[in-house]
Parts: sequence; structure tokens; C-alpha cells
Amino acid sequence: MVRETNRHFKFDWVTIIIFLLLVGFGYLNILSASHSGSSAIDYFDFSQPYGKQLIFIFLTFGLIIVLLAIDAKFYERFSSIIYIVSMLSLVGLFLFGKNVNGATSWYAIGGLTIQPSEFAKMATALAVAKHVSDLNTNINTLKDQIKAFVIIAIPAILVLLQNDTGSTIVYGAFFFVLYREGLPKYYLTIGVSIILVSILSLKFGSIITSIIAVILLIGFHFISKKKLHALQSLFILLVTVAISFGIRFFYESILKPHQQDRISLWLRLEKDPEKLEQMKKTFAYNLNESEKAISSGGFSGRGFMEGTRTTGKFVPEQHTDYIFSTVGEEWGFLGTTFVVVLFVLLIIRILHLAERQKTQFSRVYGYGVASIIFIHFLINIGMVMGLIPTIGIPLPMFSYGGSGLWAFTILLFIFIKLDSNKINEW
Amino acid sequence: MRQLLLFISVILVGFIFIARLFYLQVYTSNPHDLFLDNAIRKVYDYPKRGFVYDRNGQLLVANQPSYDVMVIPREVEPLDTLEFCNLLKIDKEQFIKTYKKAYRYSPRLPSVFVSHLSKEDYAVLQEKMRKFDGFYIQKRSLRKYETSIGANVLGDIGEVNTRDIKKDPYYRMGDLIGRQGVEASYEDILRGVKGIKFIQKDRFNRNIGPYKDGEFDTIPQQGKDITITIDAKLQEYGELLMQNKRGGIIAIEPSTGEILTMVSAPTYNPNILVGRARSKNFTKLYNDTIAKPLFDRSLKAQYPPGSPFKVLNALIGLQESVVTTEERFICRRGYYYGRKKLTGCHVHPPSANMNLGIYESCNAYFANVYRRIIDKHENPYEGMMTWSKHLKSFGLGDYLGYDLKVGNKGRIPDGDFYNKWYGKNRWASTFNISNAIGQGEVETTPIQLANMVAAIANRGHYYTPHIIKSIKDDTIPQKYTKPKYTTINKEHFEPVIQGMFDVYNKGTAKYVKVSGIEICGKTGTAENYAKIDSVTTQLTDHSIFVAFAPKENPKIALAVFVENGYWGSRFAGKIASLMIEKHIRGEITRTDLEDWILRHSLEDEYAKRYSGEPFQINDKTKLQVVKEKEYYRLKRQLNNISKATN
Repeated sequence: MVRETNRHFKFDWVTIIIFLLLVGFGYLNILSASHSGSSAIDYFDFSQPYGKQLIFIFLTFGLIIVLLAIDAKFYERFSSIIYIVSMLSLVGLFLFGKNVNGATSWYAIGGLTIQPSEFAKMATALAVAKHVSDLNTNINTLKDQIKAFVIIAIPAILVLLQNDTGSTIVYGAFFFVLYREGLPKYYLTIGVSIILVSILSLKFGSIITSIIAVILLIGFHFISKKKLHALQSLFILLVTVAISFGIRFFYESILKPHQQDRISLWLRLEKDPEKLEQMKKTFAYNLNESEKAISSGGFSGRGFMEGTRTTGKFVPEQHTDYIFSTVGEEWGFLGTTFVVVLFVLLIIRILHLAERQKTQFSRVYGYGVASIIFIHFLINIGMVMGLIPTIGIPLPMFSYGGSGLWAFTILLFIFIKLDSNKINEW
Repeated sequence: MRQLLLFISVILVGFIFIARLFYLQVYTSNPHDLFLDNAIRKVYDYPKRGFVYDRNGQLLVANQPSYDVMVIPREVEPLDTLEFCNLLKIDKEQFIKTYKKAYRYSPRLPSVFVSHLSKEDYAVLQEKMRKFDGFYIQKRSLRKYETSIGANVLGDIGEVNTRDIKKDPYYRMGDLIGRQGVEASYEDILRGVKGIKFIQKDRFNRNIGPYKDGEFDTIPQQGKDITITIDAKLQEYGELLMQNKRGGIIAIEPSTGEILTMVSAPTYNPNILVGRARSKNFTKLYNDTIAKPLFDRSLKAQYPPGSPFKVLNALIGLQESVVTTEERFICRRGYYYGRKKLTGCHVHPPSANMNLGIYESCNAYFANVYRRIIDKHENPYEGMMTWSKHLKSFGLGDYLGYDLKVGNKGRIPDGDFYNKWYGKNRWASTFNISNAIGQGEVETTPIQLANMVAAIANRGHYYTPHIIKSIKDDTIPQKYTKPKYTTINKEHFEPVIQGMFDVYNKGTAKYVKVSGIEICGKTGTAENYAKIDSVTTQLTDHSIFVAFAPKENPKIALAVFVENGYWGSRFAGKIASLMIEKHIRGEITRTDLEDWILRHSLEDEYAKRYSGEPFQINDKTKLQVVKEKEYYRLKRQLNNISKATN
């Protein structure tokens, strides 16, 4: 009996409480955002998003019990099978998928729709953990790096082919995981450099970017003790220029017009006020309305179910990707800060737990969980506030949607189970 | 070290987010204002504007429905434009232009397509309206004038401009506000308070329900009806008499200060400023800078009062004990200072006491009295101050405080005025002797003159003139029911009033006497000048007359003023007599006067100065007789008035 009680307390309750707070607060905001007008609220009206979300949440508790009841070893052993099944479910979309808003990401079974790409993140995290923690794997070798990249690239490319660009970007999260496990530093240097060169090229043009690169290289030559060979410098410069022109070409000729617009809006490339007004009415409409809603909340917000822009449904997709704008309008600065702090605490807590794992599998998986949540948090809230170009991905545990909620529950609670089991790991 | 990358990234992103949120929600956020929230539609419920009645309960101003054709561009289906344009009486270009404008404003929201349809057009259109999807008819309320008179008194309403909105945030774009006359003076009472409904709308601007179940909504308060002091019959008669002339008539009931009549000529029919034709007509009136129909001459025309002013000097002389009623002054066809003739006079018995001085309007007599008033004190400054203090107690030289929004202060000079003009104590009573006879620096408006007469009729007090008689379910301001006293003792009024009575009996107005009514009056003839091509040119004198009647228990006090009408009893005196008879007796016995006034016009006189040719004035002019057609038109109008009275 005593043993039984102790087992319950082995779960990391801090994580669980933060999870519950996010789900609960998310539900309140979904309720406000999807309930229309002043009619009385029927909490169990299952034709409405808030009614459905309530069922999803109830089912989630059942799911949690199942996840925690399964033996921790199961997840490691079956990770490959889970990954393969998940990839097959993504491939199956090409045959049986249902197209919603231009993305073929859903299976429709009866009245229920399931989005396998949400679950694929969890499967990939398991597979990466399995691969990296394998005794035969050395992430410093190119062979194993390529293996890891393939594991990650398969789902990323599959979802990209289904027109779900947002989900593809999430797979970038695994960079943090691999880096933690020993991926050479130059990946980080090259990655950050490419991002910087891209942004500079788009914002200021290729010529200015090249000039900046030359100045930096000369500066580096004088300041740093470690001298680069002239040929090395020339090579770096050539690559930089190539990337710079390449990215402009990519932006101008390969990206679809709506993607160009989003980037142009994000980097404030458009200066003509008339065109800016025009943008606010078309593709920037969501962002503009969402910023207005957040801004109108002020310090303490307008109060639960009191936001006029939320009630009037001024922000399209407010209960899904733009749910944070509801928090902004109705709960104000206090509410939004609360949500941001919850996410930061959750991610740090998971990182902390991951670092104290005794098996590499658990640690890598924990890192995967933290990274995936972080990328979602970064992109979703950044997008709603206009800091990041519009990329449609949900806010974990918060946005409306059964697949998303369950996928994150599974992702998180597998880790909680692994963590609770660390005493048994020898 | 590798463990820290994600950790630091998370903390950094957290900080950036909170900073951005602080910027959006605290730094640049404004406190919530329902009126500025564009997610909330404000729907106003306009109350009925109060009616205006005359003192006898005759309805003057009511409301009428007006019909606007509205359009919601998005809902418009292909239509037979030709038929539609014919129905609305517009052409195709205008149709396209208005449609485009409405579309630019909003494809989803209604815009006014054609405003102020007449009842007849509405009746025809209404049956066909179902054929035109996207168009509908909206009812609005407009003013309806049940009379064609009193445009200057009744005023009109127009849409508010940005200045009005800034001044009073009650108003919103498109609201109506009183522009002139009582509509402006009693705007708050007539208007009522509009109700407001807050409605939550969605991003397509559709209504989705009351905001917070109508917690902040208000219901409209109806505008109150008012009764004004104008006697519509008398006003109509006065306006008729003033046709083909310019000037004003203002009549006051001395015992109350109620304004019985307020005629400003030329005037216009108030109905032309209603509805679709409003802006066109208003522009026409506004741009008529010669006749100035929008300029209320009864309140704003500021001129030297001329001889009526003499009676005040008589009163001040008696009050200051510088003259007795029997003391005589010699008049040698003028007043001489040394060998210099300061002012002329006309033919009358050479030695004048006060009575004769008044009824013969002797300039020399009043020049003497004036000099004694001013020279009573050691220096003329003191005298001038005393003199102007007495005059100001009659309500001259400053705004009277009546309840109409336009007016002028007039001018009563005092010691400081002349100190500034000539230098301190470098002047004497002879410098400004013209003040004695109401010329020189003295200026008054017709309503001030009428009020002054009312104060004399009351033997020393007056009530602030006002246009409001009663407000439904409310009281009128106290300041209109409290008498104001002049600085002249009561006993000094009798000899002066006797003098004014004799003006009619045997003096300058004996030919306009009305038998059976004891009228006290005073003629006035005021010289005036105008700049014609930057040359100051004298024009024919203004004809002025002030009077009250009857002598005991006066019922009416009035001032009549006819621009360039020459001497006092020529135009103004006749009109004054007719007005008094009309008011007291209800019918006219002196139809000869009436006929004379209708038959004669001053339009030629007014045209002279704009002719660009040299012209003659005063006794060298010929009286203009109106054309037969015009005369019969006026006669018909007169018959209509008499018929209505009986």
C-alpha cells in the first residue's frame, strides 16, 4: 500500500499543474472566443468549439491514466514501431486525406477529424531519442548525423507536401536536441549565419549584405587571434554572397505570393502607406485585428467574456491559432504575462527534469519535448503579436483542437512517465 | 555549456514577449471608451423635436417626415436605371457618381442615395421600391413651418459641423442643431436628449446583439414644446408693411418685456430652408450681400438713434436738476456757440420749454440741456460719466441679455471714451454736442430703442426683453420676470411722456395720429453715410420712430426703423401707428396710411448707391410708387390676413 502511494507522488506534479493550468485557462478563452453574441451559454453544446473542447479535455484525462499506466520501457522498445506507424499515417493522407483550408492534413472518421501530423512530432521525438541513445550511435560522425537528419526529414517533408508549412518548421526544434547531444558547433554557427544572411538580404538587398560580410571578415582578421587563411575568408565570402543571392531568388521566384506578402509584412519591406492600408485589409487583416484586440485589453483586460472584439469575432481563427489575442483582450497584460510565464516555466521545468534523467533515451526525449513546445510557443505567440511572419501552428495545450491537445498530452505524459520511472533505471 | 542554448533561448524569448506585450498593452494602449470602440455600433434614437407656438397658441413650427433613399451597394442587383432615375428625378451620371461614392464609403453599410424626397415622390417611389434590391427608404424628421413668417425669429436647424461637435460632445456627425432664432436659443429644450443603444457587431459589421444586454443603453427624452411671445398676426402684418423696404420693427409689451413682434426686412419664407432645397437656398440668401436677408436688422442694425434719444436727455436733465420743465431756451434755427452754429434746427416757435422741445424736436433746446448736464460738474469727464451711467440704466450701450443669439452692444460714450479720443481733459461738452440729439458717437440697435421706450412707458423700469413665453412642464428663467430699474425718478417721466404724447397731438407726428388711441411717440431722422468706391457719401436719412400706447397702462412699446426712409413720420411713423392700432384695436381705421405704405417702395433708393452714378438724397428724391401688379399682390396678402383674423 505504502509503495502504491509513493508511486503517485513520483510524478512531477509541477509539470502536471502547469499543464492543467494551461488547459484550463485555454478552455476559458476558447469558450469566450467561440461563444457568440449574448445568448445563454450551453456548456455542453457539442456543435460549438467550446462544447467539443470540453469533451476533448475529459477524454484527455482518460488518456493520461492510460499513458501513466503503461510501463515506461514500452515507449523505448516500441519507439521504432510507433515512428513507422506514424509515418504510414502521414503517407496515407495522400490517399484518404481530407482537405481543409488548402492543407491535406486530416483523416475524417465519422464526425471526427484527426490530424496525424500532430502525433508525428511525438513519434519523431521518440525515434530521435532511440537513435541518439543507441550505443552504436555517435552523433559526431557524419553517418549518424545523416541518419538523424533522415529521421527528422521524413515527417518534415511529408507534411510540407501536404501544404502544412507550419508543422514542417516545428521539426527544426530537433536541432536543439542534437546540439545538446554533441552535434558539432559549426552547425550552430552555420545555421545562425544563414538565418542572419537571409534576413539581411531580404531587408537590405544582396549587395549591402555582401559588403557587411567583407567588413566583418576584415574586422575579424584584425581582432581575432585565430587568423583565417585568405582562401578560407574568400570561401566564406563567396558562400555568403551565394546564399544572399540565392535567398533573394528563392524569395522572388519560388515562394508563393502569399508567403512573400507575409515576409514582406514581417520585415516591414513595404513603405507606401496606401499599400500598407491595403495590406491591413487583405492578408494582414488577421494580424492587424489580433494586435488591435491585444492592445485594447490594456493592463488588466476587459474581463472574461467582455471583450468586444472577441465577442464580435473580429479576429478570424481566434479560438485556434489566434487564441492568444483573446487572452490579450479579456485578461490584459496580466493575463498574457501569466501565460508567457507558464510556458517559460513549463519548458525550463522539462529541461531541468531532462538533465537529471539517468538514461540518455529519457534525456533526449525530454529535450525533444521541451524543444517542440518551445518552437510552438515562439512561433505562435510571436506571430499573434507580429514579431514573426504568419505561420499557422497552434499554441500547445491552449488552442482549440482535439488532435493538438491529445498529441501534446501524449508527448508530455510519456516524458512524465519516463521521469517517474528513473529510479528503476539502472 | 551545450545545455544552456535552449535554456537561454527560452528565457530570452520570454523577456522579448513580455516586453512586446508591455508595449502593446500598457505603453500604447488607451483606456477603453465605448464610443471609440469600433466593435460596438452606436445606434441613436432621436426624440421628437419640440413644437413652437405663438403667444395665442397658434402652431408655428412642427415636424414633418422626410424620406431618404438609402443604398447598400453590395445588395444592389441589376436594375432598370432609367426608370429608377426618372422616379428619383436624377440623371444617369449622378446615379453613377452617387453609387460609386457610396461604394467607396462601404459596400456593406447603408449610405444616403437621395435625401429629402417630397411626400409626392415618396408615394410614387414606394410602390416601385420592391423592384430595386439594395435600395430602401428611410424616414427622418424635418421641421415643418406652419407659417410663412418670422424666419428671423423662428430660425432653422441644420447639420452640426465639426466646431459644434468640439464644443459639445453630445452631438455626433449628422445630428441636427438649431442654427438661428429660437431654434438656436432653445436648442437644449426643443431638442430633448437622444437615446443610445450599444450594439455588438461582428467583423462584417453585422449586428449580433445588444452589448451587455443593453446595460448602458438610454431611452430618448422628448423635446419640450415652447410658446414664444411673438404675436403671429402682428408679426405677419408688420412683415407685410415692411415689404419693399429695409429695416426693422420691434415691439415689446412693457408690462412683461415680452417681444410681440420682431420684423427684419427683407426676410424670407422659413420653409425654403427645409429639406432638399436647403443648401441651395441658404447659399442664395447668404450670398446676397446687398439686401442681407439673413442679417436680423431688428437686433443687429446699429445706427445713431437720432431724435428719440432727446427724450432721454430731457429725463437726465430733470434727474440731475439742471433744467425745469418750464425753463425756456431760445432757438435761432440752430444752436450757436459764440458765433459758430453747432447744430441746425427747423422752423418752429422760437422759444421752447421742455414740452415744445420734445414735440417739435428742437435741436437747440436739447443742445442746451446736454451742455448743462455735462458742465454741471467741475470737469466734463465727471459730467460725461454721470450722463452715460443714466443712459446705461436704460439698457443702452451693452447687450440687453435677451434670449436670442445675435445682437450688438450699441455705443454709449463716457468720459473715458473721450479722454482716449481727445486726450485727458482736452475736451468739453461742445466737442460732442451731437450726442444731445442722438447723433455723433451714440449708437443703438432697434431692440435697445424699443426697450428704452418700454422703460419710459413703465415710468422707470423695464423687463429684459425676451422671446420665450412658456416652456411645457418647465419655467422660464427668472431674469425675465424681475424688473430692472432706471436711475431716473418716477416723477420725472410724466412731463416727458406728455411731450411724447404731444408729438402726436400737435407735433412732428400729428398727421399719423390714430383717433381713439392715446399714443406717445418720438420721431427720428438719422443722417447716415456709406463708403462708395472708398468715398464717404451721405445717403438719404433713415426714418426712425419710437412709440408706446396707450398713454396709461401701455400695452405696446415699439421702435420702427426704415433704412433711407427720410424723415421719421414719413415711413416709420406711419408703420408705428398701424402696428399700434392693429395690436390694440385689432383692426385698422387709418386705411389711408396702410394704403400709402403698401403703395410706396424704397427699392430704387437702395439701388442708387450701387448704380455707379451720382445721385441725389433726401428732399431731392422722388418717392417710388410700386407697380399695380405688386400693389395688388400686397393687397391680396392684406386681405388674407384680415380674413384670418376675423
